[in-house]
Amino acid sequence: MMLATVVGWLNQHGAEFLLALWRHVMMSLLSLSAALVIGLFLAAAIVDRAKLGFIVINIVSGLRTLPSLAVLAITVPLFGIGLTPAIIALTILALPPILLNAHVGLRDADPDAVEAAVGMGMHRLQVLLQIRFPLAAPAIFAGGQTATIQVISGATLAPFIGGGGLGDYIVTGIGILDIPTLLIGAIPIALLALGAEYSLTRIERRLFSEELWR
Amino acid sequence: MLVWAPKHVWDIVLAIGQHLVLSASSAATGLLLALLIGLASVGRPRIYSVAITVANLIFVIPSLAMFALLIPLVGLGFTPAFISLSAYCLLIILRNVWTGLRSTPTDVLEAADGMGYSRRQRLIRIELPLALPLILSGTRLALVMSIGIATVAAFIGGGGLGTIILIGVNQEHLEKILVGSLATAGLAFICDALLLWAERLLLPWR
Repeated sequence: MMLATVVGWLNQHGAEFLLALWRHVMMSLLSLSAALVIGLFLAAAIVDRAKLGFIVINIVSGLRTLPSLAVLAITVPLFGIGLTPAIIALTILALPPILLNAHVGLRDADPDAVEAAVGMGMHRLQVLLQIRFPLAAPAIFAGGQTATIQVISGATLAPFIGGGGLGDYIVTGIGILDIPTLLIGAIPIALLALGAEYSLTRIERRLFSEELWR
Repeated sequence: MLVWAPKHVWDIVLAIGQHLVLSASSAATGLLLALLIGLASVGRPRIYSVAITVANLIFVIPSLAMFALLIPLVGLGFTPAFISLSAYCLLIILRNVWTGLRSTPTDVLEAADGMGYSRRQRLIRIELPLALPLILSGTRLALVMSIGIATVAAFIGGGGLGTIILIGVNQEHLEKILVGSLATAGLAFICDALLLWAERLLLPWR
């Protein structure tokens, strides 16, 4: 009976639902890409600079102690409400796992390999791009996976700063205490997160755990 | 700069109290469940692999969606938040319980067997105490994570510091947003430090 209600509702509001889903996915992808670009760039910048690295890593670890809701809330006085502040907040949320993993991966890249590359006459940028990054790829991927789940989860809270997305249905559903509306938000969000986790795990296995490395 | 906070100290203290009750009770429940499942799956890795798979799936589901999925079953307020947070904690702690129980050195186990310990005695007197450091650090991690996620409970009427943040956003009131956020971060920081201290106290040999 409940299912029938949901299907009937989807018939009427399908377009609206797809729009919310699209917004949710787009918001997550945009902030993930931004965090990847910033995170990898920062990680590359601090790999040979221990002092700067210490400062950056500490600031980013500090960011981690702020709950997602707080990060979203703090963007409101700074950037107002809507989609842009939500994307900025989600980028900040995605940054720590990506940067910290990339940092550890790049820093701990096999020293013998790095030394050999230097011995072969590679300069710093070449060592970074041709030796360190490929060796750090599994760690970076794992960081990206953690960030993806965090961003999808954080995007659920976006409606609260006017960012829209599937969380809208949950917030509305709670507001008017309407169970079907609630589930129309909650079930797709849960499936989205589970789907992302499942496919990323599959991709990770494909990329990194096969004969490639041994 | 602080205008609102000094006049509402008791509201803030109340919110911190609610926040702490929710996150601490969830971490404690997660610990209890993790210990039960962990002890039940000693020698039966099947139980562990089923439990950890389920816990992993639950962990991936975003908190607000998880709350929303529970509302039709248990209503609004504390209960759905408590159930979800306990399940999240379970994953983190169970992983550590399992790793801890499995990593007892073989010679220690053999010595215990040689001294005539039964399986159960060995588990309770040898393996569990040796796993304690990992179990405690898992619990600390779980509590810190719960404190962060518990802010979301404000959405479903679960109270806590998230309420102050939500009101702050609705009124575009920077001070409330900052007070709510920083109090949450501070609470997480203090709990982390306290549990770390307790770990050292309980495990002086480390």
